[in-house]
Amino acid sequence: MDGIFPRERLVVVGNGMAAMRTIEELLVRDPARYQITVIGAEPHPNYNRIMLSSVLAGEKSVDDIVINPYGWYDEHGVTLVGGAAVTAIDRGEKHVWLSGGETIPYDRLLLGTGSKPLAPPIPGLHLPGVRAFRDIADVAAMVEASQRHHRAVVIGGGLLGLEAAWGLKRRGMSVAVVHLMPTLMERQLDATAGELLQRDLDARGIAFFTNGQTEAVLGEERAEGVQLADGRQVDADLVVLAIGIRPNIDLARTAELDVNRGVLVGDDMRTSDPHIYAVGECIEHNGQVFGLVAPIWEQAKVCGARLAGDEAAVYVPPPVFTSLKITGVDVFSAGALAAADEGDEEITFHDARRGIYKKVVLRDDRIVGSVLYGHVADGPWYVRLMRDKADISAFRDQLIFGQAFAESAGAPAPKLDIAAMPGAEQVCDCNGVTKGRICEAIVAKQLTTLDAVRAHTKASASCGQCTAKVEAILAHMGGAVTHSDDPPLCKCTQHGHDFVRQAIREQGLKTIAAVREALAWKTADGCQKCRPALNYFLICAWPETYRDDAQSRFVNERVHANIQKDGTFSVVPRMWGGLTNARELRAIADVAEKFAIPTVKVTGGQRIDLLGVKKEQLPAVWADLNDAGLVSGHAYGKALRTVKTCVGSEWCRFGTQDSTGLGVKLEKMLWGSWTPHKVKLAVSGCPRNCAEATIKDIGVVCVDAGYDIVVGGNGGVEVRVTDHLVRVATEAEVLEYVGAFMQLYREEARYLERAAPYVTRKGIGHIRKHVVDDAGNRRALYERFLVSQRPVQSDPWAKRASGAEAHEYRPLAEVN
Amino acid sequence: MGADAWIEVGRLDDIPRRGARRVRGHDPDTPIAVFRTADDRVFALVDRCPHKAGPLSEGIVQGCAVACPLHGWVIDLESGEAEAPDEGSVTKIAARLDGGRILLSLASERSAAEAPKAACA
Repeated sequence: MDGIFPRERLVVVGNGMAAMRTIEELLVRDPARYQITVIGAEPHPNYNRIMLSSVLAGEKSVDDIVINPYGWYDEHGVTLVGGAAVTAIDRGEKHVWLSGGETIPYDRLLLGTGSKPLAPPIPGLHLPGVRAFRDIADVAAMVEASQRHHRAVVIGGGLLGLEAAWGLKRRGMSVAVVHLMPTLMERQLDATAGELLQRDLDARGIAFFTNGQTEAVLGEERAEGVQLADGRQVDADLVVLAIGIRPNIDLARTAELDVNRGVLVGDDMRTSDPHIYAVGECIEHNGQVFGLVAPIWEQAKVCGARLAGDEAAVYVPPPVFTSLKITGVDVFSAGALAAADEGDEEITFHDARRGIYKKVVLRDDRIVGSVLYGHVADGPWYVRLMRDKADISAFRDQLIFGQAFAESAGAPAPKLDIAAMPGAEQVCDCNGVTKGRICEAIVAKQLTTLDAVRAHTKASASCGQCTAKVEAILAHMGGAVTHSDDPPLCKCTQHGHDFVRQAIREQGLKTIAAVREALAWKTADGCQKCRPALNYFLICAWPETYRDDAQSRFVNERVHANIQKDGTFSVVPRMWGGLTNARELRAIADVAEKFAIPTVKVTGGQRIDLLGVKKEQLPAVWADLNDAGLVSGHAYGKALRTVKTCVGSEWCRFGTQDSTGLGVKLEKMLWGSWTPHKVKLAVSGCPRNCAEATIKDIGVVCVDAGYDIVVGGNGGVEVRVTDHLVRVATEAEVLEYVGAFMQLYREEARYLERAAPYVTRKGIGHIRKHVVDDAGNRRALYERFLVSQRPVQSDPWAKRASGAEAHEYRPLAEVN
Repeated sequence: MGADAWIEVGRLDDIPRRGARRVRGHDPDTPIAVFRTADDRVFALVDRCPHKAGPLSEGIVQGCAVACPLHGWVIDLESGEAEAPDEGSVTKIAARLDGGRILLSLASERSAAEAPKAACA
């Protein structure tokens, strides 16, 4: 496999974010150049350390934050030696020693040894119950402590300490924070923002001891609290150290590489030994050490390029910005926190009652820093203006009110001169994509749409703030730009439905929170538009594993009944193919009388609607209907509704096939399915079409020779007659084609897009290509549909009638 | 206002995160919606949207607001005000947490203005 010339051996010490991002960058450029071995101390695949606070807060699981699962290493031929420590580097022999005594030879070595938590020089740190907040093991220990103990103290009121405090609070502990300085996060926030932050966290039940110097951890057998220098004492069963980090340079120092605070590297990411590179929190570059992710991604890119043989790649630190991951607390900071001298100016906006504070620091009409609290949406805009060194004098009056205001006030936004933009300039900060790389991809892959550029380069694929720039580059390169026809999901994101669905599949996003995180949602919780959409997209993408989020369902789907204008509900039992019998009708009549249901109505879909049922009555109504064999008709959902039929060949003198029987079979196959919008079917027994199949989402019209399947009809606001999909000979084929179409619609439609506009948008040719012309694809779609049906085909009413989700149907309390 | 004005209506765990439940008072026409946000704060409003009297307790809770299930008006849980461009407001009921217990102050004269600012854990 390695051919005649053996590949160079690249050994990586450290399986963290910086080293593995470097490897990803290298593999993109030159996947075959090295035989790669990664040695990691933690017994886990590479994970996103930044998200540990979300794991601590219980918002994510460890699996959720894995960046590259074990399979990724195999796929890329990377050997992972996990749970192993490198004890020494023999630079003469060019190999590393493992703790077990083995050696691994290298041609080039990459150090990504990260950092260690800083520990204050105080007694008591050895006691059980004292933890750092650094890795998965720390988080596991903190979670365990939160289950057995009640009081925690966090030493350090910086970014990490506050996230730790909030996570422990979410875990039910009573939490205090001891901070050396007078205000919180003083490296990222000025005093005003720091005080607002403290006020908000205080209101959430976190106690603060500012100006607090910890003198000792108290306790004999285990930690019992901390002693402060001014005499204050804080009781605690868990003490978390979060005062900062320092580069882990032990290995580099013993190998006699040049070190200072960190391992010294040049602009080429090489250490003092030209065969050894270093990236991430362990390095020092131009006197700077690093703890935030943006500069580290940049290092990874440069180092990956260098390893791939690009001698021109040079590291230039990008502007750094921070935000805090505490749900509902919005903090943003970039660059200078305050005017440095008389030449600098500050513009501030402060609404203390609403807890909003904004500051922009100016030098020579250019932004050099910004601190935002409470309203942070404009953070990326300020960073962009800062990085572009844009002259803001023309819209200075509007600057503090944000981008939307400034631009609506007619401020001439700084001109975007694509021709003058250097190729090395970074366009997408989230994914570190330069203008040059975008241009290359446009030429090489002949890209013409924004979505295609995003798919190939990831530019503007995260927060979307640079979308306008990417579009401008596209226009500059190709002239003819096809604008994205994928409108944004809602005001919480700039991304469209198609883009989000693709990201869910390709990035393996498994929860609503993971989607919001990965695609940089602007709101913490989403809204009533995106939450149901994301819930559906995830059901569709991961039918067997996704756990439905009831709180992201519209009320009707959450309680399995249809809310009416007066707050009562309607109940529609399923009548398979429109068939019913005396027993069912009697049960419906009995229920209507017993519960004094005011209105009983025959629906357009050949069923019976019981209107005006009180919410508390629902489980009892369902129990009675269940007894007669009646189940939910899903008349309340973006789901399979009805299959309307005519009586067909069994009774009708014109009938050509058993349309009623086929309707029942279709409904038995399709019921329970969640769909982008409601789905209604009809089966007519002859071309007279008494079941009105040609204005349904999916219709079947029986003919002597078989069955015509038609799709994309609608009898609502905009009447649309179906398009003819195919004629087939057997009922079995009808089931397969209908199942396949259903799945294609489920996978491709936008949320709340009925089949009619979906078929109009995609064209019947597209549908035929996937469902008719390609038999293999049809069967795959049909199979996927059947798989997705397995978990959903159980009656939701029966579960609730026997007590599930009881809180939905009972008031919390009755008080007088 | 004495401490006895606070009435326990349930426990925090009785309401799902980003969810709401209804409390029925002596006046059947003005039920109360009690909300729990993602960050475990609780709020209470009269359970009637200012638009068409929809039950806010059935809405989708997002941040510190709820979307009415009938026509999608978004009501701020803290102020009871409708989000622009819609206009209107809902009467706010003082709510607070005591340990895991949810307490409401149903005294009618206790308006939003007097309610403690921090209805927080």
